[in-house]
Amino acid sequence: MSSLASARLKRSIALHLFLTPLALIWLFPLWMMVVFSTMPDNGIFSPGIELLPHGNFIDNFNNLQRDTDFVGAIVISVCVAVTYTFLSVMLTSMAGWALARYQFVGKGVVVAIILGTITLPYAVVLIPQFIMVARDFKLANTWVALIVPPLFNSLGVLFMRQSFSMMPDDLFDAARVEGVKEWRIYVFIALPLARPMLAALCIILFLASWNNYLWPLLINSQPGSMTAPVALGTLIGLTKVSWGGIMAGAVMLTVPMLIVFVLLQRHFIAGIAAGAVK
Amino acid sequence: MRNRNATAYRFLTPYLLIFAIFWVWPIISSFMISFQATRTVPWRFAPGFNWGRLIGDPAFFNALKNTLLILVIQVPAMIALAMLMAVLLNSPLLKARGLYRFAFFAPVVVGEVAYSAVFRLMFSLDFGIVNKLLNSIGLPKIDWFSNVTPAMALIMIAVTWRWAGYNAIILLAGMQSIPEDVYEAATLDRVSKLKQFFYITLPLLKPVIVFCAVLSIIGTMQLFTEPFLITERGGPGGGTETLGLLLYRQGFRSLNFGYASAVAYTMAGLAIAITLVQLWLTREPK
Repeated sequence: MSSLASARLKRSIALHLFLTPLALIWLFPLWMMVVFSTMPDNGIFSPGIELLPHGNFIDNFNNLQRDTDFVGAIVISVCVAVTYTFLSVMLTSMAGWALARYQFVGKGVVVAIILGTITLPYAVVLIPQFIMVARDFKLANTWVALIVPPLFNSLGVLFMRQSFSMMPDDLFDAARVEGVKEWRIYVFIALPLARPMLAALCIILFLASWNNYLWPLLINSQPGSMTAPVALGTLIGLTKVSWGGIMAGAVMLTVPMLIVFVLLQRHFIAGIAAGAVK
Repeated sequence: MRNRNATAYRFLTPYLLIFAIFWVWPIISSFMISFQATRTVPWRFAPGFNWGRLIGDPAFFNALKNTLLILVIQVPAMIALAMLMAVLLNSPLLKARGLYRFAFFAPVVVGEVAYSAVFRLMFSLDFGIVNKLLNSIGLPKIDWFSNVTPAMALIMIAVTWRWAGYNAIILLAGMQSIPEDVYEAATLDRVSKLKQFFYITLPLLKPVIVFCAVLSIIGTMQLFTEPFLITERGGPGGGTETLGLLLYRQGFRSLNFGYASAVAYTMAGLAIAITLVQLWLTREPK
């Protein structure tokens, strides 16, 4: 058996020898983001190779705040992402519940349309959405414009439908025999049971809103109504701008999400993997 | 499962309402707008106006060519890499699995703007860490931003970095849903690991791979932020201009909604065609 064990050891060593450099390459941009955010601008644009953090983060942050009101933009981003997540979880879980637990006329059509939108590029709805929200509703540069149009999502509904349909029937039937109304069954029995799935959905939706770029870029372009990624994006490509400041902003956008990712990894992965296991 | 139309639609109404207003109507509307001349007020119906311009527009064919080039190279390379990541992360021999998972999955939470900014700095000609490292091992610097080929490569590298882990998560979940005893039986029959991968994992994973490929193709088809921010508005000289960028430029810089809608529908047509081809290629044999 010892030759088998040594073969296993060799395979294990080969695996780690291959995977470790790849993992380091993958972490490198994130590491450099942190390093750049702590370096003065003349350090970033110097010929030496710097791979370790310095102590300039606060100065860089002050430079960023001088270039654009980043704190204000972060406040908008947080409020919008929280509201969006709450509303979207409500809408998608209700729709998922209906699709999972009831038989009704037109169900097949609804499911087919939701599946169809997965393969439809967002670009097709972008222009009319913009015309409608900006010109017809006159809602450009408002929070409503940031929150409401992105509320429709297809993968979330399919995820919730799958979660609810895995629950045992008798649970709900028992309540129905007692005469409990359907919406109460949904709120007081189904939702608490679906808590882990709702957590996964919340994280994915929050992240989507937090990182959303194209729609906020188009609809909330006035300074003072921009989200944090849009505010940061306006600085990229300007000539007289602090790159250390831009990196400080990038760190502020990224590191909180990385922490959430580490703490709630299981939910995160469940949310993303939902498409794979039908 | 109970047949209750009223109850079901009460739960569905808010969702379907948002869907109708912000998706169904826009899908119809942008189709109609693509047949209108939108640079004059009021807009007028002119069926050949935008579509006629589209088929004779070198800027459109340049963007189409770049988008398809990225699609053909980047998507298969990324799915293959994601597959490799998933297989290796799934290996029972792997120690410190959590650390490796973090390394590959972390880019999933990073926003487009944040990572575009980092990539721009890392790849800059004289002060970018990538060129410095290339220099230090005796290789020449690469001018990532002024030449088309390196600029395209940079876009593909950036997108691959951001999305490979995302696809690896989906593929890994798919692999873990393959019953263990299939592999055990194969191992008892002395089927090598490599053969197990090609004859068990790949065929059973086909629907998941197709799902990843379709999502990636739709995403890459609309590629916007990376050429917008990293190679600065599709530079050098339109060398990394994509359909997404052309749509942005036409729709929101020139406010030419009709032409931009025609571009959008071209993207949709391509996406649907590619999806159908994939579904056909991976159809269940009868």
